[in-house]
Amino acid sequence: MALSGMRGLSVFISDVRNCQNKEQERVRVDKELANIRTRFKNERGLSVYEKKKYVWKMLYIYMLGYDVDFGHMETVQLISAPKYAEKQVGYIVTSCLLNENHDFLRLVINTVRNDIIGRNETFQCLALTMVGNVGGREFSESLAPDVQKLLISNSCRPLVRKKAALCLLRLYRKNPDVVNVDGWSERMVQLLDERDLGVLTAVMSLLVALVANTPHAYWNCVPKCVRTLERLTRGQDIPQEYTYYGIPSPWLQVKTMRVLQYFPKIDDPTIRKSLLDVLQRILLGTDVVKNVNKNNASHAVLFEALALVMHLDADKEMMSQCVVLLGKFISVREPNIRYLGLENMTRILLVADVADSIKKHQSQIITSLKDPDISIRRRSLDLLYGMCDVSNAKDIVEELLQYLTTADFGIREELALKAAILSEKFAPDLSWYVDVILQLIEKAGDFVSDDIWYRVVQFVTNNDDLQVHAAAKALDYLDKPAVHETMVKVSGYILGEYSHLLARRPGCSPRDIFHILNDKFPAVTTPTKALLLSACVKIMMHCQPPDPELVDQVVAVFRRYESSVDAEVQQRAVEFLALARKGTAFVDIMAEMPKFPERQSPLLKKAEDTDGDASEVSATKIRQQQMQQEQNSTALVVADPQPANGGLHPVSVPKTAAPARHSEQAVTSETPQDSKSFPPSQSQAHSNGGTPQQAPGHTPGSASADLLSDLVGPLSLEAPPPVASTSSSDLLALEAPPTPTAAAATPADSLALALLDSAPTQVQPLGNVSEWFKELTLKDSGVLYEDPYVQIGLKAEWRNAQGRIVLFVGNKHTGPLTNVKSSVLPPPHLRMQSAVVPENIPPRAQVQVPVDVACLSASRETAVLEFSFNVGHAPVSVQLKLPTSLNKFLQVAPVSANEFVARWRALGGPPSKLQEVVRGVRPMPLAEMANLFIRLHIGVANGLDPNVNNVVAATTFYSGTAATLCLVRVETDPSDRTQMRLTVASEDPNTTYELKEFIKEQVMDIPFPGQSPQAATVTPATIPLTGPAAALAGLI
Amino acid sequence: MILSRGPKLCNFLEWRGLKVVYKRYASLYFCMCVDADDNELETLEIIHHFVEILDRYFGNVCELDLIFNFHKAYYILDEVLIAGELQETSKKSVARVIAAQDTLIEHAKEQSNSLSNIIAQATK
Repeated sequence: MALSGMRGLSVFISDVRNCQNKEQERVRVDKELANIRTRFKNERGLSVYEKKKYVWKMLYIYMLGYDVDFGHMETVQLISAPKYAEKQVGYIVTSCLLNENHDFLRLVINTVRNDIIGRNETFQCLALTMVGNVGGREFSESLAPDVQKLLISNSCRPLVRKKAALCLLRLYRKNPDVVNVDGWSERMVQLLDERDLGVLTAVMSLLVALVANTPHAYWNCVPKCVRTLERLTRGQDIPQEYTYYGIPSPWLQVKTMRVLQYFPKIDDPTIRKSLLDVLQRILLGTDVVKNVNKNNASHAVLFEALALVMHLDADKEMMSQCVVLLGKFISVREPNIRYLGLENMTRILLVADVADSIKKHQSQIITSLKDPDISIRRRSLDLLYGMCDVSNAKDIVEELLQYLTTADFGIREELALKAAILSEKFAPDLSWYVDVILQLIEKAGDFVSDDIWYRVVQFVTNNDDLQVHAAAKALDYLDKPAVHETMVKVSGYILGEYSHLLARRPGCSPRDIFHILNDKFPAVTTPTKALLLSACVKIMMHCQPPDPELVDQVVAVFRRYESSVDAEVQQRAVEFLALARKGTAFVDIMAEMPKFPERQSPLLKKAEDTDGDASEVSATKIRQQQMQQEQNSTALVVADPQPANGGLHPVSVPKTAAPARHSEQAVTSETPQDSKSFPPSQSQAHSNGGTPQQAPGHTPGSASADLLSDLVGPLSLEAPPPVASTSSSDLLALEAPPTPTAAAATPADSLALALLDSAPTQVQPLGNVSEWFKELTLKDSGVLYEDPYVQIGLKAEWRNAQGRIVLFVGNKHTGPLTNVKSSVLPPPHLRMQSAVVPENIPPRAQVQVPVDVACLSASRETAVLEFSFNVGHAPVSVQLKLPTSLNKFLQVAPVSANEFVARWRALGGPPSKLQEVVRGVRPMPLAEMANLFIRLHIGVANGLDPNVNNVVAATTFYSGTAATLCLVRVETDPSDRTQMRLTVASEDPNTTYELKEFIKEQVMDIPFPGQSPQAATVTPATIPLTGPAAALAGLI
Repeated sequence: MILSRGPKLCNFLEWRGLKVVYKRYASLYFCMCVDADDNELETLEIIHHFVEILDRYFGNVCELDLIFNFHKAYYILDEVLIAGELQETSKKSVARVIAAQDTLIEHAKEQSNSLSNIIAQATK
């Protein structure tokens, strides 16, 4: 089939294809572009045929990957041409070359619209296709109604209608407002009766998008969808041309099941039953056949059915049927099926309690970890990660480690990270954990981030019985040739701290250990050198009785680096040298590091963060959110789904609790644990008995910074400095301490105490609570409160004297919030009723708490929410003002000038009409003040007052069953915006007074004392975010 | 990325949080990029469906057909997919539409030919 006689184009394509290399091709293309450019410039002489030819050439060049930045005008012009042949070229090339934001598209909106509403069916098709492929927001706004009309029109042929459906889908994605939910759902139900399967497929695609956004609006489509699915699976009434390898339109089946997955849950027992019957038939009736395409198509349906079964939360029997099927799939030869088997196994793990049955397949899954296909390996890694728990952690992590040595680079980093996380989360004992990480560093040191080895150091430091083991292991690894630098760091650190515990073992004398460390110096980078210097000085100091020969050797090392170009290394060398001269007097300074405060694992946090990103788009997540929106009638707990790649299972492995915490216990026992009013910051410090997982992420926001500082800390002598860069200042401080030994000993002793007292564990709101409250006074949804654990959002609706506030309490934390209590304390003028909050909120779940409000009289007081919860064992309690401010019960009152004046006069003077000169007003232009009034629901009546510097407003205040009209007049002085005269009038003196005071508060810079819209403080005045290091620095 | 993959591997590739579904026909690769939770096998069969339609239209389609008739391939694609969603699953129906389009274009060409003939004759 020749190119419809377009010889020039064929010749050009042949030319390009005959080019020997990329350079020649570029020359040929540039020549052609230049040619087209000049031809377009002298547009006069261009025939229609030539225009088409050049535009095609442009598209071809564009396809080859070259920039085509001209000629768009000519392309777009073709759309306006009267003939089909030109229009077609114009539309297709436009949809390829231009994207939705291109300015030229604006030029054709009108032409496109004319084509859509015109009578010519072929033009309609072209226009719909183009809009469907590139349509942006502007198209959406101007074309959506016409496209809708075509879709529901009876006179259009299926060809046009299916294009209209998909076009509308595109427009809807760009701007959901184009579909009016109320009217449209009925239309959708009608459209589902469509006999033409082509149109039905397109309509189903549209329905997927609609339901994904607003499922509750389309409930009435559910029965139709189920019926369609039944009809398809039975193969009833399906035209031959719509079967694909003997399967009745597999695509439509898949889409229909997809729609059903977006509905929160299907309760109607008959519908549910018939749906489950259909699914059962699909699950059992799908066989593996020879023909690849048939096999693919039938399995596409099968996997979608599996997903739907999972979504429907079917009974146990059906679920286990699914697991059996999946188990079969992961061992078949066909790679696609194997891949999908693994993927869906990971998914089913998250929704159903099937972990035990999946564990039966563990060996098969591990085999897949060695599959030649990276896609399959990734799936299998994810699945292993997801199914790992305390019972199989050892096996799985060891498999991962073994695989690490042979794994390709594409997957190594992920593998290393996952192994590290699993070993931390599920470690049966900590020595195993240390072993695993050391192995990990040995095998894939490049992929072990600093976070991972910092974590090891924390565990070892905090667990006395781990130290000997860790030191011995570290020595083993360090003694090997060609050690990875990370290994040098972690081993160097551990040996510096704890090698003296090994002193009695053969080959572990301080001298031996020093030699091993000393050998590492030449090969490592400067920061590691600094770390090794610290290790050396510690070994030297711990050596009892002092070994003069060792001292000499160590001093030689310090001398070598005394004049290092690196300031840090030099400084350490110089200072250690000075210390070495002072001899044993300073042995306490070189004491072991104090224990670290418990903190959230940075790895778990990292995993959590990436989960957040990845799951943002996933349908499961969307679905889950929809469910939450659905159920706003009563407080309800909805746990978030575990993200697909395993994410964070709520784990509780109390076995690993570290027993050795004497110093901490000693301190904490002094303080009462039960009192709720006790400052949360301190009571939080009590929660250190937990496992790493349970340890609440103290100040997660700054966790990484903290972590870093603590671990760089060991490089200096006795205290973790606040940040790495300032470590030198601490070292300087060392030079100055008073000489008496006793004095030196005291700070070391008090270390643990100081550390705990000032541990950065207080719960701080992540923002300004009073600002949030202020915002909420002016609008009806937003954040009420947020700290690292909890976010309380608020949404309110007000009608006259009534209102409903819904609090959205979300647990942001990875552990559950327990002992959650909330109570609403209404002021005398409000009557309020609040739903009960569930006692526990699972990790990453959200609860909705509706609160009903009724206003009885005017008052500026607002309700208070008392909210408390426990993280781990630490109680946190906050008092928050609820935005039930006066203005919520106001409604703008349209008042005519005459009415206003009459009323104004009628309300003579105090107490019905009050006037006050307000000073200290926040200076703002009049327009802004008017705007503020409008946001406060106090309607501004423009032009009522002849003086342009005055604002006059009227509003109705609702209380109980009464409605009080209030009139407001503000006179401002253009020369001094900080003051104004405010007059408020209404029939009710109390309302007048309260409204006047309320307006005053709103316009004044500094709110009245005692009336400040500030929530009760959450944290007592403790030292603001100082690291333990800073406190220590103060001590020295 | 796809090119480096051997023949016996699965047809899916994870890429930046999305999935690439591809299929090889002789020297031609057809790829589609879909969301991570879209149905992969369904997508794979959309590719095959498209290829079957091309095959029917060109009669044993080959690379050269597509290169020299890339615009035809675009028309056909536009009849199969719009906005990334499947539009028509019936091969017959697609074939009918494309045939109708071809006649329209042929028709227009004849018209212009005859017009230019007339003009040519008139100017003689």
